[in-house]
Amino acid sequence: MPARLLALRRIGKLFGTNRVLDGVSLDLNEGEVHILAGENGAGKTTLIKILAGIHTDYEGEVEIRGEPARFASPHEANRAGISVIHQELSLIDSMSVMDNIHLGREPALGGLWLDRRGQADQALALCRRLDLDFSAGDLARPVEQFPLSVKNLVEIAKALAFDARILVMDEPTSALNRTEVDRLFTLIGALKRRGCGIIYITHKMEEIYRVADRITVLRDGRWVGTAPAGECPESRLIQWMIGRDLSPHCRPASRAAAGAGNAALEVRGFRVPHPIPGRPPAVSDFSVSLRPGDVVGVAGLQGSGGTELFRGLFGAYGAVCGGSVMIDGKSFRPESPARSIMRGLSYLTADRKGSGLVPAMSVEHNMTLASLCRASPGGVLRPRRERASAARQAAALNIRLASLDQAAGTLSGGNQQKVVLAKWLETQPRILLLEEPTRGVDIGAKSEIYSLMRQWTSAGMAILLISNELPELLLLSDRILALHRGAVTGEFSRGEATPERILAAAMGSPEGTGEARA
Amino acid sequence: MNTTRLRLWLATPSFRALLALVFVAAIGCVFNADGAFFHWSTHRDMLRQVSVYGILACGMTLVIISGGIDLSVGSVVGLCAVLFARQTLRQGEAAPAALGLVLAAGTAIGLASGTLVARFRIQPFVATLAMMVFARGLAKWVSAGQKISQAIQHPDGSFTYVDLPPIFQRLDHRILWGNLSVVTLIFLGCVLLCWLVLSKLRCGRYLYATGGNEEAARFSGVPIAGTKLLAYGLSGLFGAVGGICQAVQEQQGDPEAGSTYELTAIAIAVIGGNNLMGGRGGIGLTLLGALTIGYLEKILSINAVGESSRLMLTGAIIVSAVLLQRRRAG
Repeated sequence: MPARLLALRRIGKLFGTNRVLDGVSLDLNEGEVHILAGENGAGKTTLIKILAGIHTDYEGEVEIRGEPARFASPHEANRAGISVIHQELSLIDSMSVMDNIHLGREPALGGLWLDRRGQADQALALCRRLDLDFSAGDLARPVEQFPLSVKNLVEIAKALAFDARILVMDEPTSALNRTEVDRLFTLIGALKRRGCGIIYITHKMEEIYRVADRITVLRDGRWVGTAPAGECPESRLIQWMIGRDLSPHCRPASRAAAGAGNAALEVRGFRVPHPIPGRPPAVSDFSVSLRPGDVVGVAGLQGSGGTELFRGLFGAYGAVCGGSVMIDGKSFRPESPARSIMRGLSYLTADRKGSGLVPAMSVEHNMTLASLCRASPGGVLRPRRERASAARQAAALNIRLASLDQAAGTLSGGNQQKVVLAKWLETQPRILLLEEPTRGVDIGAKSEIYSLMRQWTSAGMAILLISNELPELLLLSDRILALHRGAVTGEFSRGEATPERILAAAMGSPEGTGEARA
Repeated sequence: MNTTRLRLWLATPSFRALLALVFVAAIGCVFNADGAFFHWSTHRDMLRQVSVYGILACGMTLVIISGGIDLSVGSVVGLCAVLFARQTLRQGEAAPAALGLVLAAGTAIGLASGTLVARFRIQPFVATLAMMVFARGLAKWVSAGQKISQAIQHPDGSFTYVDLPPIFQRLDHRILWGNLSVVTLIFLGCVLLCWLVLSKLRCGRYLYATGGNEEAARFSGVPIAGTKLLAYGLSGLFGAVGGICQAVQEQQGDPEAGSTYELTAIAIAVIGGNNLMGGRGGIGLTLLGALTIGYLEKILSINAVGESSRLMLTGAIIVSAVLLQRRRAG
């Protein structure tokens, strides 16, 4: 019988008058991965924040190794051996990798003088354990110079910099590619063998069954059930999470309805220069043709140029891109987001916090932001018109909110994503560029977004889709293009597309290229 | 109103700003200087004295909501005060032409700051700090370093006096049977203008979006550069209005006028509960903040508190008012 590391008993939490947790219990043993699952807004993150010493005002008890504990600060929780890797990374971008790893517990001589060499040695040893091939020079570079995936691993290294016995990972893989995920799971295995207990939050079914020992599900702030992973098949888990069965989503295999008319979007030889002059272009050659109602998936690993492609098409870089673009048969030159929106091209970015939502603004104002020119003729706002369209979108997208006037940042992740989607729908786009439309979104909202997409395409919208999740891409796309280092390395119809072939092409392997360009 | 809505209202910035104002007013009721605090004339004078600061705070609010800060407004007051005095007292220019020129000059300074921020991407603090120094220099150049008043000194040392043009009297008198100063009315006009911009016009929404998340606003097609230019341009315009009010009240153009006024304007915006991070706040908060600062100064002066203690007390009370607001925020 493994020792119990942690027990949470009857935890409750109120935000104002709003109850977000009600009598939730959870325990964690040595050498165990305990999955915490539930839709967005189920209370997982709040529970974790209580454990991390961020929320100090709660009901119920926390026990660490049988001893009652009540953390007044993240620092106290750290000292008790708890380390939390938050969904939003808590790195300081301008500081070096090494300083970030040691932040808050710098090894210092006499408590004052920073022991730089000791720090460097420790940090190097840690990175080696994580398979991060950092040189001493890399460790001294600021974190902002690394891609998101590396930052994520730095965050984990930071958690391991002191011997945490209880690790909490809140969607650690949301920005990792496949190899990096594998690397993380190997690491989790090693941590388990060393007797660590891990609470793991994820929305990805595949991951749950790869790492789980036990699973606990929350719904609407309440405990629904706990079961060993082997006794909790997928169907039961989903039922626990959403309280109902989920109908499968698949697109009709062939859609004869899509006529031979003008392509909604026709891109030929599109090129996006690298932001630093002299480097090879971020996108060197991209061509695609979308008819109304088409969904074309773009598969690419991290750094393949997918983001740059979308930003370039949307005009976010200005008029620097080469190649030809036609919208509805008329030539279009990407210049600025404002122009693209006017021509019926909208772009949902992957980075909801950074470039999607204005958190301090109300839900309603977020929804109307991109279509304000149309909604306010003469520059004068029309509150009634705005309210009507926001209410319509909130109903159509089934957004759960207290009021349209509440700040958008106070919504849960899935609902925030729907607000951003609503913003783009309000612009009445003919073509929608979707980048990771379901990132950080729970299963229920995910399936809703899928059926919404189907609704939009049957109304004639064309969608270009990027997703890190291959199953999602395969489910939704009529065709899939594989992107590798900024060039298309394979094109697959619905029938030809298999995860293996797409992945091979996206990794630039010759097998993949062999299939290319049917 | 049920309890939930009451509770929500109690957590709004407006209520918290009101609380700070009531707190200061309560101090006034206790230290009423033998009942002086209860005379209307005290309140009328307070309103007159806070008006120039309030006018500057209006522009400051727009800039702060857009995610910036404007340190140059104090110098714009000085520049516009001497420019107005020179045009009217020295050049003998007609009032409408002088007003037009001065307002244009203030707006131009604001637009220049805006260009540095929006086009050249200089941090607002740095850009407007530079503009603050530059505009002060310009004020001294326009006035040759001298106060421009009715008295003209001739090379032989003798003085002649020019008449004060009627515009001075017209702007610095009281209406409604002596119950309201014209400058206060101008201040309220500025508040009204800002309210229209912020809550009725598209560009106001763009100010909030730009300050709330510039990248998201840009991706939503918001003209970021134009929005920032608008904020700084209006701030310059309000600086010019403040400068004219300052000149008519002093009946002269002092090149040193308005020094440190930008700090008072920021204090007003902040004490009202506008967030320096941008993206939230409103002009109503600034109005409450102006009243709070105005009463604070007035209470200290009617109680004949010495300058040294007054400054220290002002500092302490600003901090307590802001802390008070935060406690309420929960």
